[in-house]
Amino acid sequence: MTDNPVFERIQQEIGGSDVVLFMKGTPVFPQCGFSAAVVQALSHLGVKFKGVNVLEDPGLREGIKQFSNWPTIPQLYVKGEFVGGCDIVREMFQSGELQELLHSHGIDAQPVG
Amino acid sequence: MSDETMAARIERRLQDSLAPARLKVVDDSHRHAGHSGWREGGETHFRVEIVAPAFEGLSRIARQRMVYDALRAELEERVHALQVRTLTPAEDAARRTS
Ligand SMILES: N[C@@H](CCC(=O)N[C@@H](CS)C(=O)NCC(=O)O)C(=O)O
Repeated sequence: MTDNPVFERIQQEIGGSDVVLFMKGTPVFPQCGFSAAVVQALSHLGVKFKGVNVLEDPGLREGIKQFSNWPTIPQLYVKGEFVGGCDIVREMFQSGELQELLHSHGIDAQPVG
Repeated sequence: MSDETMAARIERRLQDSLAPARLKVVDDSHRHAGHSGWREGGETHFRVEIVAPAFEGLSRIARQRMVYDALRAELEERVHALQVRTLTPAEDAARRTS
């Protein structure tokens, strides 16, 4: 599991911020509807997060799939733990579980606007 | 084999590996025409809704991994995007009555 050099970068990212989203594009300019949907959910809860654009680095794009054992982008990490992709985040957002999960980790999450 | 649509192939794979109580596979490719990952001929974007007893007691992540594992070859070959909704029969019943 540790033989891929890109894993080190991933470890640093998910260890460096409470909420990290591996996505296509940036939080301001998502380049895929699935990534945009997760950005929207997090933004709706006023959550501060770090976006990591996998389109800038093909090695990272493939590496994060191996790292998480998850074949698609986006991928959300909270406190170093994999939460899921767009479908899961959307379901958890709608049921209120996403907010609960963030709160349980001491992260501010309140519907804004 | 070559006559089988990708949607039919996905359905067959999921039937074989997860024995679903209910399964719906929708080819959404036309809605993504021209977007990244789309190819001439489509069959790149799919939506799967699957109700299976095998999901009982499993996290969302574990359930979706079962779906992805069953479709590993299809994802590698051609399928670019896959929207997945996984339910147990009990969850499905609750959803229908609420
Ligand atoms: N079911 C996925 C949908 C996301 C998805 O299908 N992503 C595709 C298209 S953006 C993907 O990452 N394909 C592999 C790739 O582009 O490297 C989720 O819940 O996140």
